[in-house]
Amino acid sequence: MKRTLAAGLIVVYCLAPFYWMVVSSFRRTSDIFSTTPWPSPPSLENYAAVFGGHSDFGRALLNSLIVSGATTALTLVFGVCCAYALARLHFRGKNLVLGLIIGTSMFPGALLIVPLLKLFTELGWINTYHAMIVPSMSFALPLAVWTLTAFFRQMPHELEQAATIDGCTRWGAFRRVILPLAAPGVFTTAILAFFATWNEFMIALTMISKADMQTATVRVAQFGGASDFDTPFGTQMAAGVIVTIPLVILVLVFQKRIVAGLTSGALK
Amino acid sequence: MRRGARWFAALMISPTLLVLALVVIYPLLSAARESMYVRGEGLDADGFVIEGERFVGLANYAGLVGERFVNAFANTTVFTLATVALETVLGVAMALVMHGVLRGRGLVRASILIPWAVPTAISGLMWRWVFQADGVANAIIGEKILWTTEGVQAKLAVIIADTWKTAPFVGLLVLAGLQIIPTMVYEAAKVDGASAWQTFWRITLPLVKPALVVAVLFRILDALAMFDLPFVMIGRGKFSVETLSALVWDEATQLRYGPAAAYGIVLVAYIAAIVFVFVRLLGADLLADARSRKGQA
Repeated sequence: MKRTLAAGLIVVYCLAPFYWMVVSSFRRTSDIFSTTPWPSPPSLENYAAVFGGHSDFGRALLNSLIVSGATTALTLVFGVCCAYALARLHFRGKNLVLGLIIGTSMFPGALLIVPLLKLFTELGWINTYHAMIVPSMSFALPLAVWTLTAFFRQMPHELEQAATIDGCTRWGAFRRVILPLAAPGVFTTAILAFFATWNEFMIALTMISKADMQTATVRVAQFGGASDFDTPFGTQMAAGVIVTIPLVILVLVFQKRIVAGLTSGALK
Repeated sequence: MRRGARWFAALMISPTLLVLALVVIYPLLSAARESMYVRGEGLDADGFVIEGERFVGLANYAGLVGERFVNAFANTTVFTLATVALETVLGVAMALVMHGVLRGRGLVRASILIPWAVPTAISGLMWRWVFQADGVANAIIGEKILWTTEGVQAKLAVIIADTWKTAPFVGLLVLAGLQIIPTMVYEAAKVDGASAWQTFWRITLPLVKPALVVAVLFRILDALAMFDLPFVMIGRGKFSVETLSALVWDEATQLRYGPAAAYGIVLVAYIAAIVFVFVRLLGADLLADARSRKGQA
């Protein structure tokens, strides 16, 4: 009984603020400051405001999708090869290389952005997708290598031997035997990398000045924030819900995999 | 044969190393150089105008004694200490509860992933709304606190929002650590007549330490680089919540690359020092740990 109560407290702790965002998003502008536990009457006014007018939120969502999708794809191509070598091949300095790769995630994004902003300005990259995709690799790639290495280590040792006996080359063993078997781990890593880039804020804020190139997280934060007096809270909450909903659906569908992905690196 | 294996490994690893060299190592070195230059015009010895960058040595680092840097340094330290301490305690408590839960495990796990899944920028907006003057936080406590304006209360609001988002993450990692502790150990403790408190301090905590240390290390790295949350929740350039990352970013976007780089380099040194001390004190040898576990398996 006591345990169930404690578990209930955790659920409330985690969901209450989120619930409040959802409830507020369904209120009318006139009763946005109401504190009833559910919207009365419920209204889609805020959602209409998000997509209506000149805010062009659909474009921002598309931009987020392009940047996160491209970063995730690139990260996986590089990360899978690297993690495979680190987890399953024998060579000197392996742990040093892994340590270096993980170590790069120690450097704060704000510092890395300083020279990159200058460089991208000179190259004319400002307001392009690649100005967001390339710097995003700095955090997505170490994350992917860290998670994937743990996944590859869990696979039985005899796989490559068996493949080699059957006449596979090293590359063949990797591509035809290991990669298909590692698909669940690769998929989980893809979700984690996608989350990380979808949530990215600082790079997109810095590299983009044109509204139609902004990603969703930056767009939402700039909804009418001009003055404190007329902040459109309802619209902001509705947009926040829209940006978060794809992630919540992914979490609900793949919760076991996500937990395994988050924890495997820390345990193995 | 052996040489072939080495080549294959090198081929597999090099794309990642190349990318990281471009997006991490190059910016790092470039920032270190940048921190010793200023941009803009100046006069040379003969009185001619020279454009572009000028070497100024450590002049950009003079800002380190300035009020703004000291404030940002203090804010970063306060945020890191407060949030990591709160998140560790709450996270461990959550993990202990989840470990013992028999019914509704799926619901608890799903809800604990929600704060982690909400983008930090969105959670900043969400908490800004909760902490409005006429918002629900003031309605619950029956006060009229202006949470999102400059002052100590803004710091507190940021700490609460950050703790909400990341304590569950610590909980998840610690829970995974708890789940690999064999039940036999607990049975033995019971037979020996250990109290619940003794069992926690002498058995659970030491055995879960490797997972906890990794979780806390992740949190420290994240907290020291905090940017999105105060920026979205309280605002740009707000003194009471400006972190070092925010200061670096603000200087860079005002095109003062030199001071920005200098502050950033100091932030890196600060992070490295804290990680070093942490690893020394708690022995968080991530890689050696992986190796010895492999050996036992």
